[in-house]
Amino acid sequence: MQNGIGILLIFLILTDLLLLGSSRLRNAIRIGAAQGVALGLLPWLAHGHLTGAALLLGAGSAALKGVVFPALLNRALREIHVRREIEPLIGYIPSLLIGTGVLAAAFAFGARLPLPWESPSPLLVPAGLFTLWTGLFLIMARRKAITQVLGYIVMENGIFALGMVVVEAMPLLVELGVLLDVFVAVFVMGILVFHINREFDHIDSDQLTALKEGAP
Amino acid sequence: MGVSAASWIHPVLALALSPLLPGVINRVKAFFAGRNGPPLLQGYHDLWKLFRKGGIASRTTTWVFRAGPLVNFACLLAALAVMPLGAVSAPLPFDGDWLLMAYLLGLGRFFTVAAALDTGSSFEGMGASREVQFAVFAEPALLIGLAALARETQSLSLSPIYAGLAAGGELPLRILLGAGFFILYLAENCRIPVDDPNTHLELTMIHEVMVLDHGAVDLGFIQWGAALKLWVLGALWAGLLPLGALPGPLVRLAAGAGAILALAILTGMVESVTARVRLLRVPQLLVGAGVLCALGLLLTFR
Repeated sequence: MQNGIGILLIFLILTDLLLLGSSRLRNAIRIGAAQGVALGLLPWLAHGHLTGAALLLGAGSAALKGVVFPALLNRALREIHVRREIEPLIGYIPSLLIGTGVLAAAFAFGARLPLPWESPSPLLVPAGLFTLWTGLFLIMARRKAITQVLGYIVMENGIFALGMVVVEAMPLLVELGVLLDVFVAVFVMGILVFHINREFDHIDSDQLTALKEGAP
Repeated sequence: MGVSAASWIHPVLALALSPLLPGVINRVKAFFAGRNGPPLLQGYHDLWKLFRKGGIASRTTTWVFRAGPLVNFACLLAALAVMPLGAVSAPLPFDGDWLLMAYLLGLGRFFTVAAALDTGSSFEGMGASREVQFAVFAEPALLIGLAALARETQSLSLSPIYAGLAAGGELPLRILLGAGFFILYLAENCRIPVDDPNTHLELTMIHEVMVLDHGAVDLGFIQWGAALKLWVLGALWAGLLPLGALPGPLVRLAAGAGAILALAILTGMVESVTARVRLLRVPQLLVGAGVLCALGLLLTFR
């Protein structure tokens, strides 16, 4: 069981690094989906045994992040004809190197963070923090709105993983509420991206700061 | 697990069996392409042919040109003296030999590059430049990976490191370093995602173009050296497998050699199903290997 949760968390970290280094949006969405499905196993592995709550939470999150979100994002992708992130604000190799630094910081921070409960795995807090920060980084360092939405989902994945530390204390309702929030947010963002694209012919969010259309 | 008579078997085994490895890779590639391919023992035939030939060297070259292949071969021989296989101790282990091994590979590369530059050919200079550029990314990955192993097993010499690793250890660490070392193995041995050993165009070659001017005995040493490098880096990878449970040093050595052959088959499969990545993307691949090794190192700090 300990090995299982260890490998799962390593997988989480590796998918984060892949996301930092991938330019094709379709691939990135696929990686995000794989991450979501893998996280569905986490409640079960963290509890150590299969409870009704863990099953519901795991299956719900896997279905939402593995099927619904990718379908929404892929639909948006089809409609706006964007295939890859051309010029990210921070390049892919620097992103990977920054990611490694952030990973080291996550490990250092995770070792010092006082926890009210015993963590199911020593890797859980660093992996969760790293996923959270990867999501934030994607939101900051990429131009396309689609990648930023993906970053938001990855961030939620990190919060989900971190929530497993307090899995005994946090009620099921709170977790489900967070999931619902994210679902609505992604739904709204998917529609927004489509509308932004129809209005401005692109989804480069950094150009939205210049509001005067046409004027110098 | 100290030095014993069995320790000397590995270097001899490596020298004798390494020319088989390129043959295995070529046969696997031929199988995937639906061809018969060259015979498995082609490497030995080539070496036999080359070592009987008399060589010529261009008048613009100096002794550096002749020294390149020999120094590279000698470096790999020296690396074999500290490289254990199948949790059997190497013949000459000492504290810090993992650092020496990394630098021996570096020294061999330096002389290959120097010999290529010595010819004054622009193509060879281009190949040398690429080789060095990729080495800049590959070497940190190797050192970080070895440092992770040293920390995990709390020892400073390759033989106790691999003996400790064979006894048991973290599964996640093995998987991470296994993936990282495999990318390094492909890159250092000029296999397909990084370099294509069968390419016929000087512009796209990396390693092949550096040895274009060598012939006869020198070329023989280059080919044997390349095969030995496959073996040494293969042993580095094979040591990550839990071979310590097997009884007796001879069985473990055989299992280690089997793992190296299996790695050659895997390489042939990778070469058959993947295309070469663009030159500009190679650093990204190697940084990826470095990140995998760094993650392994982070795991040992818990």
